[in-house]
Formats: sequence, structure tokens, C-alpha cells
Amino acid sequence: MTWDEMAPLLVEATWQTAQMVGWSTLFTVLLGLPLGVALVVFDRGGLLPLPAVKTVLGVVVNVGRSLPFIVLMIAIIPFTRLVVGTTIGTAAVVVPLTVGAVPFFARLVETALREVGADVVQAAQAMGAGRTTIVGKVLLPEAFPGLVAGLTVTVVALIGYSAMAGTVGGGGLGDLAVRYGYQRFETLIMIVTVVVLIVIVQLVQSLGDVVARRLSHK
Amino acid sequence: MIQVSGLRKLYGDTVALDGVDLHVREGEIYGVLGESGAGKSTLLRCVNLLERPTAGTVTVAGQELTALTERELNRARRRIGMIHQHFALLSSRTVAGNVAFPLEVMGVPRAERRRRVAELLDLVGLGGRGGDHPHQLSGGQKQRVGIARALAGDPAVLLSDEATSALDPATTHSILDLLKRLNAELGLTILLITHEMDVVKSVCDSVAIMADGRVRESGRIADLIRTPGSRLTRDIFPLPEPAPPGSVTLTFTGDPQRPVVSETVRKFDVEISILGGSIEELAGGSVGRLRVAVTGDTEPALAYLRERGLIVEVAP
Ligand SMILES: Nc1ncnc2c1ncn2[C@@H]1O[C@H](COP(=O)(O)OP(=O)(O)OP(=O)(O)O)[C@@H](O)[C@H]1O
Ligand SMILES: [Mg+2]
Repeated sequence: MTWDEMAPLLVEATWQTAQMVGWSTLFTVLLGLPLGVALVVFDRGGLLPLPAVKTVLGVVVNVGRSLPFIVLMIAIIPFTRLVVGTTIGTAAVVVPLTVGAVPFFARLVETALREVGADVVQAAQAMGAGRTTIVGKVLLPEAFPGLVAGLTVTVVALIGYSAMAGTVGGGGLGDLAVRYGYQRFETLIMIVTVVVLIVIVQLVQSLGDVVARRLSHK
Repeated sequence: MIQVSGLRKLYGDTVALDGVDLHVREGEIYGVLGESGAGKSTLLRCVNLLERPTAGTVTVAGQELTALTERELNRARRRIGMIHQHFALLSSRTVAGNVAFPLEVMGVPRAERRRRVAELLDLVGLGGRGGDHPHQLSGGQKQRVGIARALAGDPAVLLSDEATSALDPATTHSILDLLKRLNAELGLTILLITHEMDVVKSVCDSVAIMADGRVRESGRIADLIRTPGSRLTRDIFPLPEPAPPGSVTLTFTGDPQRPVVSETVRKFDVEISILGGSIEELAGGSVGRLRVAVTGDTEPALAYLRERGLIVEVAP
């Protein structure tokens, strides 16, 4: 295969990967951030201690985290059909990607929030701040560099998952590598795909590091 | 201004506070002294109900905090400032942002907030540093930000838990001076916790000494000094305790220059030899304490000293 033949394939696959990762990142943040906050707030000694709720959430998160992604993806096929009406294509891949990444990200959010000193939270309480204010104006802003770092790790993981998910109908770089590189023995396209993936991951990580560092005032 | 009655706090089986009563008058600086684990921090955190007491009541500025709902309590807390040993500033915010935080909580509009923040930073001597981040400041400057933040709500009361313990002596001094100035200029009532006798000596009007979750002794320093057998007096003066048998310890307040001892020796048939002593500068004036051995016709001599306003303690 020539470069001219390869280029459009690569561009399309990269675009599909970007879409899968982009949408699932968005939904992961929307669901994982509140879940991570809940894990901290409902904990014993948290802002609103509800240990029973926290235990249930913790178990759900652990179950989600312990399933290998490939198993999870197949196990939730009925759910995927329910949500997007189909089980193939980019939209259908976003569902398992999100379900797989939410517990992962929620744990990272939890860790980042726990890094915030108890003294700062108490200082806010002593100033008469309510729970919502403390979450919004103390916990999240103070943990922001950690949250960005956690998000970076999550996006990198999603890029990996998306390569797997692509093979069951989502397209993307993983799918390209398997279909051309593996099944048709196009070694070059395999190599190029791998290089593109490495470059993307590298870019995401560097961007995340820079942002986290600029936000950190320690 | 602060009235604490019958305060008990248990952590599981640990009795952190075991029936504490405390009365802090309006406009005074009240120190709480005690060894590590005595319950000082627990007491302070019960005053603004960061910690819910197991039993007892807390009244601040006429409002019984222990009877309030959470919403009412949050409102009341805005008028109780607090400063912390490790400053507890938000690293995500600038100095000005930190001072603005309580104003945001109170719902003060932006323009008004900006004006108040500038005022408060000037008040603590940090005018012009509003744009810095806390990590760019020294410990003393951080505590000044903490003080400015604590004053934002125009509090009647300031609580301080070891606010100078993380600072060097010179910085400690400047922070204590600032607290004294705020006390004098704003009439701010201050309840401060410390394990440093120097802090008590230089700023406090009253003091409570705690041990094992109880207040062992409390009151105005000037009164405690005049109370024979006072623990505070013993702690302030570097005299060996217990006093050697038969020795006499004299405590004199007011003008220490008066030549009472030589007068006594002239007037009575006694000899007085000095075993030890010192003069301490307290916030309310200087106080001297002298340990002496008196030989000869002791009784009338000691009576004379008492008459002259000295506190005379004879070791058995
Ligand atoms: N959150 C807590 N959980 C369990 N025990 C506690 C807690 N806070 C304090 N205690 C216990 O209560 C007692 C009093 O503690 P407190 O922190 O009030 O002492 P302190 O006088 O402030 O000591 P220090 O000078 O070391 O700060 C101690 O025995 C301590 O172990
Ligand atoms: Mg303490």
C-alpha cells in the first residue's frame, strides 16, 4: 500500500478515534466527577456522612473497575442497545467506553479530593460555608490540578480502550491496525498506526501535565 | 461574650473535655494553656461547633450556638473569626481571593467585596500583596492573610488555635502585636490557645489552665497572680517548686521599685536572704516574685509585708 492510499484511511481512523474518545471523555466527566465527589462527601467523616450509600457506591465502582474492558463491552451490549438503539458504530462504542471509564475516573477524582487538607475544609466550615459552597469553592478548586492529572490518565486509558472497542464496529485506529495491519499483513500500516497512537498519547499526556502544572500553586 | 457551660466531649472512650466552664468577657484576650492532649483544641472547636459537644452549652455574643439549626449556625459562624496553626489558606486562590472567600459566602456583591478586601489587607499590613499566591508568602505573612480573612465578617470574636506555633520568635511577636492592636482598636474579643507561656504573658488579660479535659484554674491574670498557691504564678516564674521548707515566697504587683524588703529589715529584727526571684512583664504590668529565707522575729515582719500589699506564702 502506498502513502497516498494510506493517508485517507489514517485520517478517517484518527477522526473516529478522536470522536469516540472525545464523546466518552465528556460523558465520563459528567458522570464520574459527581460520583467521585459522592464517594468523598458521603464517607464517614465526610461533609454529609452516609456510610451506607458510600459503601454501595464503592462496591459499584469496584465491580466496574474489576471487569476487563473487553468483557464489560460485551456484557453490556443489551444496555448499549437500550441507550443508542444499536450496538455498532461510533455512537455505540461510546457507551461501553463511558461505562468502563466512569468508575476509573471516579476513583481518581476521589483520590484528588482526599488530597485537599482537612484544615482548609474546616476553615471554610468555620466561616459558615455550607456543603455546596465547600464542594464548589474549596474541594474542587483545590483539587483541580489533581483532577486534571486524573483526567489525563483517563483519556489515555480511553484511547487504549477505544482501540479495542473499535474492532467491534466503532472504527478508529485500533480497528485500522487490526484490519489492514494484522488481517492483510500490511506491516507498514500497522507501524504507522502504532506511531500515530504513541504520538496522540504523548500529546495528551504533555498537555495534561502542562495544564496541571500551570494550575498548581504549591 | 463567650460563655461555655458544662461542656463535655467524648471520642469513643476518650474523654477530651470533662465538664468545662469558661467565661470570656467582651473585649478581652483570653488564653487557654495546657499540655498536649489537655483538650485545648477540642474546646476551641466546640466554641464554633466545628465539633459537636457531647453535653453542655456554648453561647457566643448572646446566641446559644448549641441550640441552633445548621443554617442558623452557619450564619452565626460568620461573626466568629478563626485562625489556624497552619494558616489553612486556599492554595487555588490569590491572597485577595482568600480574603474574599468569607465575603462570597456571605453574599457580598463583587464591588463591595473588592473594597473590603483592600481595606482588610491594609489593616494587616499586606496592602499591595493581594495578587500573590499564598506559597509566595512567608509564614508570618500567611498568618496575616488568615487574620484578614477571619476579620472579613466583622466578627465579635476571634478564635485562634496555636496561631503562632509555626512561626519564629520575631514573627510570633509581630503577629501578637497585630492581635493586640486589633483587640484595642476594634474591641475584638480573642480566645487563643497556646502552649507558650510567653504568649500568655505578653497579650492575655485572662487565662484558663487545662489538664485532662478540665479547667484547673481560670480568671484574670491580675487576680490569679494575687491568689496564693496559684498554678499560673508558679508556671510564670522560674523558681524551683516545691519551695524549700520554711522558705517564704513574696509576690509583688504594681511598682516593683519600692524598697519593701530593705524597709522590713530596717524595721524588724530579721535577716532576709534572697534565694531566687525574677520580675516578669505581663500585659497588665510587671509582677515580681522573690523567694527568701527569713530568720529572726519573722511573724511581725511577714505581717508588715502583707500589709504593704505583698502576697506572702510560707512553705510548710
Ligand atoms: N477527632 C478525634 N478523634 C478522637 N480523639 C480525639 C480527636 N480529637 C482529639 N482527640 C483526643 O482528645 C484529647 C484532647 O485533644 P486536643 O486536640 O483537644 O488536645 P490539645 O490540648 O489541643 O493538644 P495539643 O496541644 O497537642 O494540640 C486527646 O486525648 C486526643 O487524642
Ligand atoms: Mg491542639
